[in-house]
This record gives sequence, C-alpha cells and structure tokens, in this order.
Amino acid sequence: MQRIGVFVCWCGSNIAGTVDVQAVSEALKSEPGVVYSTNYQYMCSQAGQDMIIEAVKEHNLSGIVVCSCSPRMHEATFRKTAAAAGLNPYMVEIANIREQCSWVHKDMLTGTEKAIILGKAAVAKVNLNTPLIPGESPVTKRALVIGGGIAGIQTALDIADAGFPVDIVETKPTIGGKMAQLDKTFPTLDCAACILTPKMVDVAQNDKIRIFSYSEIEEIKGFVGNFDVTIKKKARFVKEEICTGCGACVEKCPMKKIPNEFNLGMDNRRAIYIPFAQAVPKVATIDPSACNMLKNGKCGICSKVCAAGAIDYTQKDEFVNEKYGAIVVATGFNPISMDKFDEYAYNQSKDVITSLEFERLTNAAGPTAGKLLRPSDLEHPHTIVFVQCVGSRCASCAEKGKEYCSKICCMYTAKHAMLVRDKYPDTEVYVFYIDVRTPGKNFDEFYRRAVEEYGVKYIKGMVGKVTPEGNKLKVRASDLIAGKQLNIDADLVVLAAAIEPDKSARPLATMLTASMDTNDFFTEAHPKLRPVESPTAGVFLSGACQGPKDIPETVSQASAAASKVIGLLCKDKLTGNPCIASPNELMCNGCSTCENVCPYGAITYIDKEFMNHDRTKSLRRVAQVNPAVCQGCGACTVACMSGAMDLRGFMNTQICAEVDAICR
Amino acid sequence: MQKITRDVILEKAISMLQSGEVSAVLGHRTGEFSYDVTPSVFTDAQDLKANFVWNDFCGANFSKYLISKTKKLEGKILVFLKPCDTYSFNQLLTEHRFEREKVYAVGIPCEGMVDIAKVKAEIGDGILSIESTDAGVVVETLYDGTKTIAFEDVLLERCANCKSKKHVAYDELLGDEGEVIDSNRFDEVERLEAMTPDERFAFWQGELSRCIRCNACRDVCPACTCEKCVFDNPNSGVENKAPTTSFEEKMFHIIRAFHVAGRCTDCGECSRVCPQNIPLHLLNRKFIKDINTFYGEYQAGEVEGSRAPLVDYTLEDLEAEDVFKKEGE
Amino acid sequence: MQVNEYKPLIVAFCCNWCSYAGADLAGNNRLNYPADVKIIRVPCSCRVNPMFILRAFQRGADGVIICGCHPGDCHYTSGNYYTRRRMALLFSMLDYLGIERERTRLEWVSAAEGAKFAATMNDFVQTVAALGENKRLEDLRCKK
Repeated sequence: MQRIGVFVCWCGSNIAGTVDVQAVSEALKSEPGVVYSTNYQYMCSQAGQDMIIEAVKEHNLSGIVVCSCSPRMHEATFRKTAAAAGLNPYMVEIANIREQCSWVHKDMLTGTEKAIILGKAAVAKVNLNTPLIPGESPVTKRALVIGGGIAGIQTALDIADAGFPVDIVETKPTIGGKMAQLDKTFPTLDCAACILTPKMVDVAQNDKIRIFSYSEIEEIKGFVGNFDVTIKKKARFVKEEICTGCGACVEKCPMKKIPNEFNLGMDNRRAIYIPFAQAVPKVATIDPSACNMLKNGKCGICSKVCAAGAIDYTQKDEFVNEKYGAIVVATGFNPISMDKFDEYAYNQSKDVITSLEFERLTNAAGPTAGKLLRPSDLEHPHTIVFVQCVGSRCASCAEKGKEYCSKICCMYTAKHAMLVRDKYPDTEVYVFYIDVRTPGKNFDEFYRRAVEEYGVKYIKGMVGKVTPEGNKLKVRASDLIAGKQLNIDADLVVLAAAIEPDKSARPLATMLTASMDTNDFFTEAHPKLRPVESPTAGVFLSGACQGPKDIPETVSQASAAASKVIGLLCKDKLTGNPCIASPNELMCNGCSTCENVCPYGAITYIDKEFMNHDRTKSLRRVAQVNPAVCQGCGACTVACMSGAMDLRGFMNTQICAEVDAICR
Repeated sequence: MQKITRDVILEKAISMLQSGEVSAVLGHRTGEFSYDVTPSVFTDAQDLKANFVWNDFCGANFSKYLISKTKKLEGKILVFLKPCDTYSFNQLLTEHRFEREKVYAVGIPCEGMVDIAKVKAEIGDGILSIESTDAGVVVETLYDGTKTIAFEDVLLERCANCKSKKHVAYDELLGDEGEVIDSNRFDEVERLEAMTPDERFAFWQGELSRCIRCNACRDVCPACTCEKCVFDNPNSGVENKAPTTSFEEKMFHIIRAFHVAGRCTDCGECSRVCPQNIPLHLLNRKFIKDINTFYGEYQAGEVEGSRAPLVDYTLEDLEAEDVFKKEGE
Repeated sequence: MQVNEYKPLIVAFCCNWCSYAGADLAGNNRLNYPADVKIIRVPCSCRVNPMFILRAFQRGADGVIICGCHPGDCHYTSGNYYTRRRMALLFSMLDYLGIERERTRLEWVSAAEGAKFAATMNDFVQTVAALGENKRLEDLRCKK
C-alpha cells in the first residue's frame, strides 16, 4: 500500500478563485492510500516545495499527488522536488485543476466537484505507480556517413572538425556525388568543381575521416549510440594504398569502348578507369564486367605498366566491421528514367537530353570539352528548347512521374539558358514551364536576368510532342498566355527530369528501421522542428535523401545534421525516458504485431527457454524492447492482443484506475 | 458428400508414418456416432487404420492444434488441411506461432461440412446413423425410418457461404485444387446494417444474452492463441469468468472480435462450436467487411507474411466519423 | 429552476503532445466548456485501448471522446494513424451492436486549437446529453 501525500495548490486565486481548495484537500484525505493532505498558496514556490519535502520525511510518503496547474507546466518541477525528498521522481502525479478546471469553469460548486474527481483519479494512479529508473547506454564516439556527395562531405567535415572520427561510405569509386558532375552553380555561376574539389581534398587529408569508396553497407545492427555496421568494400582489383593515380594503366588499357557513367554514357572510358581527374581517392578501379583479364584471363597489360605494382586481379570483396554512435544518411538523388516519356522522343533521338547530360555537355571536362555540340552530329545547335517539369508535379500521371515538385529544375534551367545565351548569343533559347519557382536568396533576380538581360524566351505552357525529322526536332507546344499552338524546329531539346531518391535508399531504410514516405524520401522526426533527424534515434538525414534540395540547402542541412551528431557524440552515455514499453515475457506470443506498429524499430525478438506446466522446457519467441530506442508512444500496447506489452508510467491498470475514479 | 475418400487420406497417412517422414498424424478419431468425431494425434499405423475418420463432420480447423503439437513432438507432424484451414495455417505462420519445418501439410479438397444441429432440426431425435451419398444425406432414425435430406440444406453456415476452395499453403495436394469463390458471406451483415439501431440492439441482445461464457469460441479460434488470454488475466481490467451482466456479454464478444480483427480468416469455427448457436461469425464478418470497404480488400491468411490492416495505415485513411457516411455523401 | 438536470459523464482521452496541450490552451484562454468532461492524459492517442473505452462505459460514462494530434502531426510520427483505424472499426462495431454512435468520438485537436477543444467538448456534451443516460453499455453493478 502506498503512503500518498496530496498537495493542493491555490495558485493564488487562479485555482482558489473557482475551486474550494480546502474542500478538495479534505475530500482527498479519505481516498485509499492517502495519509496526508494539505493545501498551499503556491505549491511550486520554494516554500511550497519545501513543504512537500518536509511532508515526505515526516509522514514517510511513498507517493505524491499535486493538484495544481498542467503537468506540462510543473511536472518536471515536482519530480525534482520528489527526488530532493529522496523519492523516485516517477512517484509523482499531477491533477490538472487549473487549465482543465478552474480556468474553464465559472461555478465554485462544479469546479470543486470536478477538482476532487481529478484528484481522485491522480490518487488512484499513484496507488499503482512504481519507481522508474531511466536506462543508460554508452555512446561509441564515431559517426558513419552513408553517401559521399556534397551532403555527406559537408557532414563529415563538420563532425571531424569537432574532433570525432567519421567514416564515409560511397558506392562509387570516388566521392563527389552529383555536384562533381555539374558545370556551374546557381545563382552565382561559380564553377562546381572549383568549390567542391577543395572540399574533397579536405576530406582526403583529414586524419579524422576515413573514406570507404566503392563500398556498400552490408548490414546494420544495434541502436542509437551503439550501431554495429558491416561495410562491404567491393574488389576494385587495385591496391588502394599503393596506387598513385598516375593513370598509366588507363592509358594502356585496350578495352576502350565502355560507356562512361560519369559522362552519362556520352563518351567512353576504359575497363580500368579513374572517374575524373580530381577523383578522391585518386585510385584506379577495374570494371570486372569489361576487363579481359578478369573475364577470360587474357591481357594483364595494366599490371605490366603499373610501376607501383598496385594491380591485383585476385582481389576479393572485403568486409569491414565497425561500431558507430550515429549514422547520417546522405544517399542523394538521381534523375528519373525518361523511358516512359515517349512524347519527348528521348529514346529516339540523341539530341533529346536530360539536364544532367546538358551539364556534362557544357562542362570543360565533359565529352565535348565544354563546347556545346549536339550529341548526334557534333554540330553547334542554334535553337534549344528546354522543357520544365518533366515528371515533376505529375499528379495525374503517377505511373510515369512524381507528384512532387523537384525544386531545383527552375533554377538550373535558368542557369543553362543563361549560359547558352552568354557563350553563344546566336542561339535561340526557349523554356517551357508550368510555373517558375524561385524562392531563395538571389534566385528570382537570377531568373529575371535570364529573361531580361539574356533574352531567354520563357513560354508558359507545356511541350506536347517532340518528333525527330531529318536533323531537326519538331517541337509542338502550347503557349497558354498567347493561347496558341507553337511549332519550333529545334536542334537540341533539354528535359528537366524530375529527381527521385537513390535506389539504395529503400533497402538502407529497412536496415536502419528508418521510415520513408511513399516517394522513398526519408521521413524526418518532425517536419518543422526536427528536420534533420529520422524518427529512429541516432539516425540523421542530410541532403536530397530527405527531399529535393539545391546545393545551399543541402549544405545547410548537412551542417545541421552534423551538429546533431556532434551533440550526440559529446555525451558519454545516453539516459532514456523510463516511460517505455515493457513486455511480460510470460504472456508474449512472439507474434510480431508490436514490432510491426513500432515507428522506431525498438522491438526485436529472441528465442527464450521457458518452463512449461509439465516442468518440461521449451523455446518461445518473445519480444524485447530496447530502452534506448523506445519513445513510449504505446502503439504496441494496444496492438498486443494478450496485453503482454504494457507502458511504464501509463500502465493498463493505471489508466483503468483513472477511468474508474472518474466514473465512480 | 466428400470427393476425396478416407482410403486415399489414410493411405497417405500410413505411408508417411511408416516411412518415418512424420512422427505423428493430426486427424479425426471415431466417436460413438459418425457425427461425433474428435481431433486427435495418431502415432501408430494400427490406431490410424482402426480409428481414423474422414467424413462430412470433420469440420475442425486443425491449424490451431499445430501450435501445441509441434512444440511437444520430436520430428514432423502430418496434417490434412481443408482449403479454409490453410488460411489460418498461413496466418499463424505470419504470427510465428509454430515452426513451418515441423509440419508436413497435405491439402485436401472439401465439399463442405454438415451441421449436425441442422440435421437434428430437420429430423428430430433418435438418429442412429448418418451417411452421405450422391443422393444426399441419408439419416437412419430410431422412430421414423430412413430419411434423405439434401446435402446443401444441412451444410454448416460457413460452408454454405464458403469463400474459397483453393489451398493457399501446402507441401502436397491430394485431389483437385479448387477456386476462390465469390460468396455471399456478407449478406447477413448487410441485413443487420440495414436495421435501425434499436432493432440491431434487440437482435444482439437476444443473441448475446444466451452466451454462457463457456469460452468454446475462444478456445477453438485459430486467431485466439494468446499465451494468456486477457479474459484470464486479473491485471487486464476485463478479466471475468462468467457474464454476470449484459455488459460483460457484450464486452467479451466486442473485445474478442476486436482482437481478431484483421487476423480472422473467417474460418467459422466460433459459430460451429458455439453450444448456444450464437452467430458469432457475424461479428467477425462485420470487421472483415469494414476493413474491405475502408482499407481495401484484405483476406487474412491469403499471403503468408502480409501486414494485417490494424498494424498498417495510409495517410489517406478515412476518418472515424466518416465510417457512417453512406456512399455518395 | 430544474433540480434534477441531467449531467452526462464524459471521459476524454487526450494525447500529451497536442490535444492535452490544446485543452491547456483552452484553459489559458478561459474558454468555457462543461465540467462534465474529465480528461485522462495519455502519451499518444494510440495508447487508448478499446478496453479503456468499454470500461468507461461500464463504469457509468455516457460518452467517450479520444483526442489526438492531426494526421501527419503525431509526435511519434504514426500513432494517430493507428488510432484512426482502430477507432473507425471500433465505432462501426459499436454501431453494429446497436449502441448509439454519437456516444463515441475521435477528434484531432492540435496544441494551438484551444478554441476547437472547447467547442468540441461543448458540442460533444450537448450531443451526449441529448441522448440521455448510457443504458446500452451500462453495468448495473457499477451503478451508484
């Protein structure tokens, strides 16, 4: 039996004006378990708190009910008071007789009556309270960043700058991501490589950062502060630590006709290759699907020409196991496939290209060395049509495109149009758009410059059909403002393809038990207030894996994610919320229902031996709640048919007792 | 009348038992009357030959027995599953209630099972024997000679409204595979929905007040497999042994139906075993119908590992208040 | 003045993060609603077990209302989506058993919607008061 003390607060006249506090403390005296009941002007004041501490000692109280303002206001205060009195802080319950009683009722009689009932409910609950102790878990002071684009790079640099070791895992042979493929960046038109490659070098030279390039995440176990990750380093058949990146092997490799992914297949690379000149790590990689030596054992030239002796045809995939305290997802985006957009003739004509391909065409390091030439005949195009929103904002054609706005296309199209007009003033440039969206610092000014200073022809309307005819592309479009059909003979058509999360994101989310939206973007813990955290504790989001973003936004989110990671890694141990789910193993069916509703992946199962009624033993699958991960929502407790899962601090019996007290 | 004969099933059972592939067979054991059969575990071929039954009264859903039987047994257990049983079988696998490797499941076709209560209602007392023939169910009685009733007239409710003759899980199939049936199983639910609340209340009051809380529905239900039932747990707040008030009758059946909602395969065992003939399946079917209407067609047990509707959601789910909006409103 | 004016007993389950805060805001703004409403705080609307609702009716409640964060705003990201399904099915079942559908309600009330909280409670109390005492889910043993 508890020994409960009841403390009724007047809150000056805030409560005492509508509630007869004396009557309330009198009435609650006779409740089961109550051994002491009093009232005082300001319970939250130092004098009030001292009064509670005094009473706990004098009456040997085991539980406290404070009838006062909302627990959202002073629950923490009174829990501290209880702790100061030597009680477990979770032996305190608050009856909210201010916000939910005295302030909303005018009549003293009804106010008092209700306050007594609320007090009774709190007493009934405290009678069933048990001391709760928050769990503690250690923190591994190392972070993992998945994805080595600008988001991953910035996050890693910031974390390393705070003094914590970071590993970057990147599937490609080099870090750099999409930004490395870009030519210029809006709205300043500085070159992407000029601002990105120094950062890549910083990463390479930072002794806190390890780069696992050409690597994938194989397995993730554990939870916040204690992730256990297996990284698969794919065999690149080149000893990374020895290769000097001189490129002699690449030059001599006889397999010359392999489509170059970095230039989106617009030119060729060798079977052994370095994606681009500023690659980090600058190490060659052999493509096993193209290399003659690996396919049929005939060749071996690269091995002969390598002065460092770095080539190793026998290399195998290697698995590295490492522990991390925090994981940052920075898996980025890709343009969607244009295969389903037959109307734009993407698959019929080489001169219909995506915007990313256009970036490579205008890039000095690209397939045309920066000269804007049509892919089909390497002629200079005189009429270029840009089509916006290809697959974006595509609510009615969800099977082809995406419902959302890809956000970056308006700006990069303005950039492309401006660059063309700047370098080749003889070129006519049309941009077809639904809306032009330019919210961002200096963004609208940038777009207006494209229209006003560079004479780009912006036409509100959509392109209906592109038909290749001879060496021209017949573009049929509508001009919604002029209300007429347009026919343009174009030399080059550039499609602003919608962007979608990288395909690796979905399996990764499963491994992380992190949630995703229907478009496979990672969900943030709160859309406004916790935008860089995943609902899964210890997992953070950086860049376009969370939603379409441009570079400035990506970098700020990357730094924000880093600061959250640093905040976590600074702690020596994590203290959890003790009001969490806890399963009664004897009643658990092991049915996985609770696991299915848990938004945090806090529930796992083990096979445990139990004694049967006939004294034999058998194994049973039972649920385990990870106290470091559970946030205490209680979804599992209702999903659990047998009632094996209960929520500490809000137990079934406690809530039932409150119901009973109110309905009594 | 069943298309697959006892001999075919028995031969399979004996051969697997004798070869040692399985160490036990789950089947029906003979009783005093042909309609009086009991689920039983056979471990001996002689016992099988003498006492194994397969007839129109072998309605029991064996999937639930696998939970306790696979735990106790060394080796595999052979079970014969009717199409409807296989849905429960899958559902239990989804919920990890037994180990798949410990079971050898043989799918057998079923033509529907006979409800002895319906036969008795038709014939009266004094039944000496019942035999199914192509002509119908032939009943020999003590007082009134031999009578023949049409098979369709005495089918169990769940069989008259059979949802599927297709097996959704098995290791081996004996006989022909059937199809999923477009049944009228929701007609009765719709009839109740069309009533006024007062009429519905009176209907259920009449039905549920007959409940004697024997727990047969719970004990037979393949979705009610909790290690400890909330109704037996003094800490659950709903524990009770017998309904002393009309509230507790309702409470028991509402909670039970809610607990199996989205997991109930509509096997109909609850209504089959109810000694008070309460149409309990109408509660479960209401949930099934609602789930189908609100959240899209879902058949529990159809696909192993599928996510039950109550542990799932979409952002566009209807609001609770819209439940009562008729179409077009 | 009528002496025996019927006062319904209403149990309101409010989630800690939105609706309970919404109720607090109603208080801060001194928005009146009947004292018949008694609030029980739960971490999330998804903590509300149908058994709690039935128990409230058993013990004499005339109406039960569950309040949670608006869809998409759940503090725990998805709790209220589960609540929405559970309550939709439960309410439909209660109606199927002939129990007045107006006695149960699920409302989304955000921490900013103090006015909505008060309005909702006023409306709910009125609706339940019009129905009169809960007879169909009462337990005579629990009568005073």
